[in-house]
Amino acid sequence: MTGWTEHRGLAAALDIANVDTDQLIPARFMSTPRSGDYGQFLLHDLRFDRNGDPRPDFPINRHPEVNILIGRRNFGSGSSREAAVYALIDFGIRAVIAPSFGDIFAANSINNGLLPALMSERKVTDIITWLDGDSAVFYLNIEKRKIMFDDQTISFTLSDASAQKLINGWDDIDLTEHHRPAIMAYRAQRAKTQPWVFPAQETAG
Amino acid sequence: MTTLLDKLWSAHEIRRSEDGRSLLWVDRHLVHEGSNHAFAKLATRVASIAEPGLTFGVVDHYAPTRGTTASPAIAQMIKTLESNAKRHGMTCFGLNDPRQGIVHVIGPEQGLTLPGLLVNCGDSHTSTHGAFGALAFGIGATEVAHVLATQTIWQSRPKSMRITVSGNLQPGVGAKDLALAWIAKLGADGAQGHAIEYAGDSVRRLSMEGRMTLCNLSIEGGARFGMVAPDETTFAYVKGRPYAPSGQTFERAQVYWETLKSETNAEFDLDISLDAAEIAPIVTWGTSPEDALPVTATVPSPANLSGTNAERVAAAIDYMGLVPGRALTEIQIDQVFIGSCTNARIEDLRAAAAILVGRHAKVPGLVSPGSQQIKVQAEAEGLDHIFTDAGLEWVGVGCSMCVAMNGDHVAPGKRCASTTNRNFRGRQGRDARTHLMSPAMVAAAAVTGYLTDVRPLLTERNAI
Ligand code: SF4
Repeated sequence: MTGWTEHRGLAAALDIANVDTDQLIPARFMSTPRSGDYGQFLLHDLRFDRNGDPRPDFPINRHPEVNILIGRRNFGSGSSREAAVYALIDFGIRAVIAPSFGDIFAANSINNGLLPALMSERKVTDIITWLDGDSAVFYLNIEKRKIMFDDQTISFTLSDASAQKLINGWDDIDLTEHHRPAIMAYRAQRAKTQPWVFPAQETAG
Repeated sequence: MTTLLDKLWSAHEIRRSEDGRSLLWVDRHLVHEGSNHAFAKLATRVASIAEPGLTFGVVDHYAPTRGTTASPAIAQMIKTLESNAKRHGMTCFGLNDPRQGIVHVIGPEQGLTLPGLLVNCGDSHTSTHGAFGALAFGIGATEVAHVLATQTIWQSRPKSMRITVSGNLQPGVGAKDLALAWIAKLGADGAQGHAIEYAGDSVRRLSMEGRMTLCNLSIEGGARFGMVAPDETTFAYVKGRPYAPSGQTFERAQVYWETLKSETNAEFDLDISLDAAEIAPIVTWGTSPEDALPVTATVPSPANLSGTNAERVAAAIDYMGLVPGRALTEIQIDQVFIGSCTNARIEDLRAAAAILVGRHAKVPGLVSPGSQQIKVQAEAEGLDHIFTDAGLEWVGVGCSMCVAMNGDHVAPGKRCASTTNRNFRGRQGRDARTHLMSPAMVAAAAVTGYLTDVRPLLTERNAI
């Protein structure tokens, strides 16, 4: 994963609360190998009618080149499926701005270089009202925690740990390898003081 | 002043980084077919997984419940898990294993889930295992790969939250109603960023099955963690399970487990109380678990609401094909489903069977037990016949219609009364309409063909 600090792109609103991961990608597509294009599944059942024809008035159909989404509360709630993030990324989305995110979705986003930017309900409403169904060029900066558009600058919230990971494109496995001695020491201690935490059939063997 | 969360967290913390994240040791890692992305990710970096002895696989999400697998792609998902398990030398409860079942049902059943452990699984309902006083949470594929490679996980410590429930639950009201009641009250994101500890005498009186249902649904209120401090009920459940400690080791373990509770003066970031006596049987009417009301209520009217909430409610009512202001009990259903890691344990099946015995279902439906062992036990108790005599199908074990991945699904526009955990749009199949409720309430709906208050059916039964 390559890191990034700033991005300029087209933003549009997805004015729906509780966009859960089942809507971001319906379960029936999830046996697709990762080499496939998950972007085609993004919000599939909202985007396409039952005949598979695009619904022309759906936001990402109206603005197919969008790469910043403005969402409502509880975005990405529900299942842990990382495929929901793959669908967003493969579609070209770099950031989602919303008043709240499902915890696991937010963690999955960071792990895939997608920015989940937290912003108050009021500010999000202001942006959605300003966009008025249209798209507009937004600039966002992770280090400064700011988005800019028109003549406005609005700040968002992101933890330091998440910001560092996005900026550096860090992979936790590399990071954790540095702690291997501490991990091994912990394991040995745990086996000694609480032997029962290792499954009975294993310790018996 | 420490909470149960504090104790479990510090017991697993190996390191804390400057940015405040903790590196935690993972005692149990449960994987399923959906973990394929993680294994694929890993294949390019490390040759073997760190702790095959602490990693357990199970076929559930794609497991067929009626005969053979529905498609070659689904069969491939199952095969991939089984071959990954073999390659990495970890135990896998495959399709023909008598220990197979839904991951959050078999963990506890096999004694893999114990008090004081940290349990991870690439499934959001991993919170279920917190019923044992464990730190249990769902993770995404990148995190699954990390646990496979290192047996650890980086995690920011959540805020603490306590939900205290006091008083007696009415007959016909159970853990499912309790969970939906607090989610309706606080919202589907009401517990976001928090670890919930369930407390109070009503929670203490719940069986392990009930506690698991309660903790299972924590994620539907936004919490990644749900916990109940272990007690005699927990120890009795754990004792004698295949992977649980035995003899003196068990006794030693129990001494430690008894310390796993919040101190009496512990403070929580969020402290909520509920009166059990006020909770009625609950059903959901909309497309989020927060859209839950007592079955005696009416469909909400968006006209009485304002702003984005009015729009959301109107959209949900439209998707669900309902009429604002109508009684919930006037909603006619097309089918029922009894299953999932929320409500497919033996106690759940008994509760549904108690309503269905000697009665007929007006609509078709599936009953899918949570594990092979539960299936065997239910059949020994004759529950399968109660279901089939009532006109429902007694099918195989798996996630089935909870997630509609294995081919079992609700047809477009059809309405299902379901014991599962998510009424999201399309969760049970494209354009499917899901109403969540307890197993007894699903049984009552099956009997009348409408959403129905189960309580009168209980009294009629008592009168016989
Ligand atoms: S039954 Fe549903 S919620 Fe439970 S593990 Fe399976 S898919 Fe997840």
